[in-house]
Amino acid sequence: MSEATTTAAAPDAASVSAAFGWALARDLRIALRSKAELGVQLMFYVIVVSLFPLATSPSREVLATLGPGVLWTAALLASLLSLPRLFSADFSDGTLEQIALSPRPLPALVSGKMAAHWLTTGLPVAVLAPVLGGQYAMDGTELGILAAALLLGTPILSLLGAIGAALTLGARGGGSLLALLVLPLYAPVLIFGAGAVDALRAGMSAGPQLSLLAAGLLLALVAAPFAVATAVRIALD
Amino acid sequence: MPLSSPLLEARSLAARRGYATLFQGVSFALVAGGVLAVSGPNGCGKTTLLRMLAGLAAPAEGEILLGGTRVHPFDPRLRDAVAFNGHLPALKDELTAIENLAAWTTLENERADLQGIDRALDRVALGKRSRIPARALSQGQRRRIGLARLALSPRRLWILDEPLTALDGDGVDVLEALLAAQLDGGGIVVAASHQALPVAAERLHRLDLALAHHR
Repeated sequence: MSEATTTAAAPDAASVSAAFGWALARDLRIALRSKAELGVQLMFYVIVVSLFPLATSPSREVLATLGPGVLWTAALLASLLSLPRLFSADFSDGTLEQIALSPRPLPALVSGKMAAHWLTTGLPVAVLAPVLGGQYAMDGTELGILAAALLLGTPILSLLGAIGAALTLGARGGGSLLALLVLPLYAPVLIFGAGAVDALRAGMSAGPQLSLLAAGLLLALVAAPFAVATAVRIALD
Repeated sequence: MPLSSPLLEARSLAARRGYATLFQGVSFALVAGGVLAVSGPNGCGKTTLLRMLAGLAAPAEGEILLGGTRVHPFDPRLRDAVAFNGHLPALKDELTAIENLAAWTTLENERADLQGIDRALDRVALGKRSRIPARALSQGQRRRIGLARLALSPRRLWILDEPLTALDGDGVDVLEALLAAQLDGGGIVVAASHQALPVAAERLHRLDLALAHHR
């Protein structure tokens, strides 16, 4: 029946998008049933970003210098906070076994999960950032560039983070191991993301930074689903 | 394929954990309509054997054949043929019984047939509890959702880990009917169980893993 569609060769586009849609819809539905968890991550982001003006200085120059870096670092930490949840619940209740054993293409299924992760964590962070950026004396153009950089960068965080989350499945102390594994990989995203606003302030275009983020996103979109699928199969063995 | 040729065959399988051998030299062949009851003391590798047959783990030695051809872990042919009911329930606490079953059937590449799901839930006597989140269900009721899933699954090869755990008398009757229907339809069942499986004796083959230990 579906033997032809699931061989290693090439599943057809319809079965890939059906599998992607299945995982996306399911994870979004579960996320909406546990709204408290989503709220905790966003509150974490808001609080971390708001602590820096309280702890440092009210001067506009200091805050303007800190702003992009703080907003990006907090986005990284918020992403990291939500990563263990991405696969561990499915792993411990047996759903991941069933997903890996289903005839649907596993890279497409895990892509749906990663998309749901971004929609519930990365996207709200990118949307909130311009609002929170008001605390850091940033003007409209800077806030626009910040949001654009976050929109390009947070999907990379979800994709790279998912590789780490899948690799640390079943490991003792998985959460802290995950941070050690993933945070260094996040560094380039942080550098180019925060650098976009800095470039604007130095009177240059933010184009190169945004282009590099977009290139990184494309690379991660192509590679991460297969890396995650392989890591999931290893974790189940 | 002649009727008598085995649907599922294992040739001298071995499992190791670290340097310890759980079992070795496990061979069997199951024709359509056959049941393999795997028994043995705790820790002898029953679950490991079932995971190998489901395609979740690679055997340390030996090979597994499905319909006469060798299959490897996560083989597409295995993934089309197997319904794996492991010791983990794979239930999402946030979703209702209906939503859990709909998610499974669509995951298995079948169309979610809501009437069929309702019928399956009635059959396992969960019809009245089908619209509340699964976290509010008892252990036995959660097992019954697993039975409803089997009732909906058209897979030829059922792999069941301790299917009788937490089931009451009615639940066992439902399982008996499901197993009979599966075997009459030409399917096969591999089950690990400490209790006697409710199937006809002439269909039953036994595999005692204690005998395959450190041979």
